[in-house]
Amino acid sequence: MSESTLTRPNTTQPVPALPRGRGIRLGMKRIGYEIKTYFRVGDQVFFTFLFPVVMLSIFAAAFSASGNVGTNPDGTGGITQGAYFLPGMIAAGILLSGVQNLAVDIATEKSDGTLKRLGGSPLPVISYFIGKMGQVFVTSLAQIALLLLVARVVFSIELPTEPELWARFAWLYLLGIVTSAVLGIALSALPRTGKSATAVVIPIVLVLQFISGVYLMFTMLPEWLQNIASIFPLKWLAQGMRSVFLPESFASLEQNGSWELGWVALVLLIWCVVGLVLCRFTFRWIRKDS
Amino acid sequence: MTSPINVAQTSAGLSSSPVVEVRNLVKRYGAQTTVSGVSFDIVRGETFALLGPNGAGKSTTIEILEGYRDRTSGDVQVLGVDPQKGDLAWKAQLGIVLQSSAEAAHVTVREQVEQFAAYYPHPRDVDEVIAAVGLTDQSKTRIGKLSGGQRRRVDVALGVVGRPQLLFLDEPTTGFDPEARRHFWDLIRSLKAEGTTILLTTHYLDEAAQLADRVAVIAAGRLVEIGPVDTIGGADARVPVVRWRDAAGLRTERTLEPAAFVRALSAEIGEEPRDLEVIRPSLEDVYLGLVSAADAKAADATSATHATGAAHV
Repeated sequence: MSESTLTRPNTTQPVPALPRGRGIRLGMKRIGYEIKTYFRVGDQVFFTFLFPVVMLSIFAAAFSASGNVGTNPDGTGGITQGAYFLPGMIAAGILLSGVQNLAVDIATEKSDGTLKRLGGSPLPVISYFIGKMGQVFVTSLAQIALLLLVARVVFSIELPTEPELWARFAWLYLLGIVTSAVLGIALSALPRTGKSATAVVIPIVLVLQFISGVYLMFTMLPEWLQNIASIFPLKWLAQGMRSVFLPESFASLEQNGSWELGWVALVLLIWCVVGLVLCRFTFRWIRKDS
Repeated sequence: MTSPINVAQTSAGLSSSPVVEVRNLVKRYGAQTTVSGVSFDIVRGETFALLGPNGAGKSTTIEILEGYRDRTSGDVQVLGVDPQKGDLAWKAQLGIVLQSSAEAAHVTVREQVEQFAAYYPHPRDVDEVIAAVGLTDQSKTRIGKLSGGQRRRVDVALGVVGRPQLLFLDEPTTGFDPEARRHFWDLIRSLKAEGTTILLTTHYLDEAAQLADRVAVIAAGRLVEIGPVDTIGGADARVPVVRWRDAAGLRTERTLEPAAFVRALSAEIGEEPRDLEVIRPSLEDVYLGLVSAADAKAADATSATHATGAAHV
C-alpha cells in the first residue's frame, strides 16, 4: 500500500453534538435498571438488604431474657434489648446499603467488563453515579421501613412520635447515606478483582459494626477501642440514631454523657468530603494500560 | 488508496475520506513494544479486517482506536478525533464489540439492549436488533442463562444498537456455531450496505475472506501486509499447487498452468495420477505464509543487533 500523505479533511465535523440534559435523564433511567438488578441478586438481598432485620430479630429474641436496658435501681422501667439495639441496626443498614453494597457492586462491575462497556458507550459518568445513588436511596429507605415495621409489629418496640425527632432522623439519614455511598464508591477501587471484593469489603464493614456500638454497647468497649472507633463515621451515625429512637435519659449512657449531635454532623461531613475527593481521583471506567 | 484532500462530507457520508487514520502507531509497556510503527487508513463504508496471531498487537491497536488505551507515539484519528480526547458525542458514533464479557447476568436480553439503546441519540429499533442477531426467542431470557455463543450475539446487538458510523468487532464470532456464523455474516453485510464502516479482527480467515474489502496482517507488532483480500501476499503466494502421489510418496508442484501440468503428468505416467489435487492457496494459506515469514524475519532481527526504528513494509 502506498502510504498516502496525511491530509486531513478540516471542513465538516463528522461527529454531531449530543442534546443537553442527557446526564440527568439517563441517570434516572439507570436508577430503575440498578434497582431491578439489585433485587435479582440473592446474596446481595440477604447480606445487605435483610441483614439488619435478621440481626435485630436475633438480638431481640436471644436477649429477651437478659432484662431491660437502663432500668431503675429497683429493676423497673428501661427498654428492651431489641429497642436498645434498633438504632444501631438502622445505622448498620445505612452503612451496608452504601459502603458494602456499592464497594462490592462497583468492584465487580469493574472486573466483569461492565464498566469497560459503559466507558465505550456515550453514557455520562454522572448518569452512572445517579443510578447508583438512586439505587442506594431506594433500597436503604425500603430497608429502614422494613426494619421499623418488624420492630413495631413483631417486637412491639415503641417508635418516636415527636416531629422534631423525625426531622433529626431525616438529616442523619441523608448525611449518613450520602457519606456511606461515596465511601463505598471510593472503597471499590481497593479490591483487585471482583472475586476478592467481598473478601476485602465485608471484614472492614463487619469490624466497624462491632467496634461502633451496633452489636455491643459502645461504652462496654475499652477506651482505646472507643477512641479508634471514634475516628470512623459509623460510631457517630449510631450515636445520632440512638438520640432519635432512645429516651432522652439514655444520653447519660453515651461516651461523653450526651448525644453530641454537633460532632455527629461534623464527623459525617468530613468523611463525606474525604469520600468525594477519593472518588474524584480514583474512579475510572477502566484502568488504562493495565 | 486515494489521498483525501479536504473532502466535504455529506450526511450520507459516502466520500472516500478516511474514517480511521493510523500513522506510525507505537505502543510500549515498559521495555516491551507491543505495536511498533503501524500505519493504515480505513475509508468510509469499508470493511477492514485486522489479522494476526495471538499477541501480535491486534487488540492493542483496536483498543487504542476505541480510546481504551493511550498510545506511546504516532498519530491516530478516528472520525477526525484523537481517541485519547474522544468525548461522549464521539463515542455515540462508535459501536464497540469487545473481546470477552461476562457481565449483566441478571437482566434479560431485551432489558439490556433497550437500556443501551437509550444511551444513543438515534438508536435502531430494539426488537429489530434482537431479531437481527437471532435472539427473538431468548429476548425475555436473562443473559446469565444464555450459551456462550448467544451471549456473544448480545454483545453484537449492543454494539450495533446505537447505529454507529464505525463498528469495531474484536473476534465477534468466537463460540458461534456454523449456522450462527452465517447469520452473523448476513448481519454484517446488511450493516455494510447501510454504509457502516467496520473494523474487524478475527481468527477465522474464511470470515475475513467473506466480509472484508481489505485485510491487514500484523505479526510481532508490525504490519506485514495490507491490501484487498484477493491480492495480499502477492501473485507468488497464490500460485496453484498440484499434488499427487507416486512411488516416491507425496509430490507437489507449483504452477501457473495446472491443467497443462496435469495433462502432461498423466501422459507421462500413462495412468490416472493417484490422490490428484489442484489447490488454489486460500487466504488462510497466504496468511500462514506471511506470518511464518514475519516470524523468521523477527528472529533474524533479534539475533542481529537492534535495528532501531526499522520501517515496516
